[in-house]
Amino acid sequence: MWEYTDKVRDHFMNPRNVGEVENADGVGEVGSLACGDALKLSFKLDTDGRIADAKFKTFGCASAIASSSALTEMIKGLTLDEAARISNEDIAEYLGGLPKEKMHCSVMGREALEAAIANHRGTPLPMAQGEVVCECFGVTDLEVRRAIQESNLKSVEEITNFTKAGGGCGKCHERLEAILREVHQDLQKIIPDHRPARLTNIQKIKMIEEVLDREIRPALRKDGGDIELVDVDGDFVVVSLRGACGTCKKSQTTLKEYVEKKLREQVLESLIVEEAKS
Amino acid sequence: MSTPVVYMDNNATTKVAPEVLAEMMPYFSELYGNPSSMHTFGGQVGKKLANARQQIASLIGASTDELLFTSCGTESDSTAILSALQSFPERRHIVTTRVEHPAVKNLCEHLDKLTGHKHRVTQLPVDREGRLDLKQYEESLAEDTAIVSVMWANNETGVLFPVEEMARIAKSRGILFHTDAVQAVGKVPIDLSGSAIDFLSISGHKLHAPKGIGVLYVRRGTPFVPFLIGGHQEKGRRGGTENVAAIIALGKACELAASRMEEENTRVKALRDKLENGLLTAIPHAMLNGHKEERLPNTTNISFEYVEGEAILLHLDQFGICASSGSACTSGSLEPSHVLRAMGVPFTAAHGSVRLSLSVYNTEAEADYVLEKLPPIIEKLRAMSPFWQSAHKGSVGGASCKCQCS
Repeated sequence: MWEYTDKVRDHFMNPRNVGEVENADGVGEVGSLACGDALKLSFKLDTDGRIADAKFKTFGCASAIASSSALTEMIKGLTLDEAARISNEDIAEYLGGLPKEKMHCSVMGREALEAAIANHRGTPLPMAQGEVVCECFGVTDLEVRRAIQESNLKSVEEITNFTKAGGGCGKCHERLEAILREVHQDLQKIIPDHRPARLTNIQKIKMIEEVLDREIRPALRKDGGDIELVDVDGDFVVVSLRGACGTCKKSQTTLKEYVEKKLREQVLESLIVEEAKS
Repeated sequence: MSTPVVYMDNNATTKVAPEVLAEMMPYFSELYGNPSSMHTFGGQVGKKLANARQQIASLIGASTDELLFTSCGTESDSTAILSALQSFPERRHIVTTRVEHPAVKNLCEHLDKLTGHKHRVTQLPVDREGRLDLKQYEESLAEDTAIVSVMWANNETGVLFPVEEMARIAKSRGILFHTDAVQAVGKVPIDLSGSAIDFLSISGHKLHAPKGIGVLYVRRGTPFVPFLIGGHQEKGRRGGTENVAAIIALGKACELAASRMEEENTRVKALRDKLENGLLTAIPHAMLNGHKEERLPNTTNISFEYVEGEAILLHLDQFGICASSGSACTSGSLEPSHVLRAMGVPFTAAHGSVRLSLSVYNTEAEADYVLEKLPPIIEKLRAMSPFWQSAHKGSVGGASCKCQCS
């Protein structure tokens, strides 16, 4: 069960400003049914150019509804320039905080506001100008960069919590890490991701061959054996033991305790060495 | 909270039956002996354990020496699957389904790392109603298949798989068969005496016994390699001092389940049907997930389009109603339930699913209460959903996401 503040619960159970403003001066829509949450924000300006009325419609969980409700309360009476300065952190703060996995709900609120302001001004959506990084949730690099800067994000997991990017198939994790590094420009600050570093197959094969040549083969040859690399499939390194090793009863031990250990130390921690089936 | 609790989340866990609690209590206080001890004080506990073993065996048509006690359903599942892989080290193929509980699904997906060997895992798909294709199952069995692991009943939808027939097919090919039956035991009749099932997992807390006790049935003659190695308990098949009180509780719970099996399949089923039909009638754009007939008598899983599950659950919670959902937001992940996705439930509906799972403790008045409270909640949430417009009920906007998870 999520730990929601009383304010989140209140805005969820008794949402303010539900609906759509008639003859709206600006309308912003973000999210989709497929993604699991969506928000439509509309506002009306008074003669001084201040937001006289704002309404929302939201499909989503409690924190999405509460964030939307909070947003409409926050922007009333503001000029568009003032409203544009509201960040997702401000929305979360207004609600007394959100669980970290739900921060993306406040980000959605802020983006709907930006979309509505852009709609009023007839300008293109700033964040949509970027390149889509996460295909699953349609998140651009600009959104990711801004979230990293504003909320001082330090890991891919935090990026996912704030923007949803990387929360689907996971294919964009490397790209997200690269963006993280670019933004921080300082590798020291980054919490290392627990996922293993990715090498291309070619890189992997090259490094494995090097270790085989440099250390493993010479050692095996001393005992009259030899080893041949048959295939590399993901983390699996398929080898064939030759000479004395091929008939040795301890070959399985050699494979796991020696070859696999060496390769894990020097190439990639996640490698698994298997003997080729004859 | 002053609101009385209406508990309809019995596939998550169940209340310990009062009779069960009474039975186990003495074994926390005066009867604390170790059943393995030589003295009479401990030995009397051993006798009680033997009795519990008999009660459990009777419920599923097994012999007492075919049961070993574990700490939970997950341990039973891991024990069975890893045992089969060690019994046939040259076989590296497993057949399972896309809708298994994480106890089996995640284990199968992590076997390579765990064992240091490469495995092929076939995850059989299901149709729109959550059923398997037996022809496809037969075709998936290979020369090097070590074990088939298929759940008896699905925890989310209640859909039953024809595991007995599937076990016979596996046996004819010399392949071991495991079934995670934690949702089925106590809810539908099970008789293993004439069956080809090799391993079957039970979890105590799903049938009114406490948490922390599980059983693995291992058919006599099935090759077995222990998971927890230690003392001679369970004839060396599972080390560790027996969880005495919980085992005695489970024995009593199984006896109770046998006596309530008919009620479960008549009164509880009728209550479930009333609830389900009532909701589907009262709420437009609601759909049943899972086959209507081939499923547990206590479970219903309904999707309410254009609203989100967590929001529904929190509203229900205000009325003391306990249910669960397959929506992304409730799981902490960003994607909805793997079971509903495997069934091809559209995104418009997967995020808005609610599971109600009943027990013999639910009453007609409680069903009426849910029927009174739930429809207005859906109406309220739809009124604020940008995808729901009362003028032309149905989809507006929609699935434009380029997700690969469908």
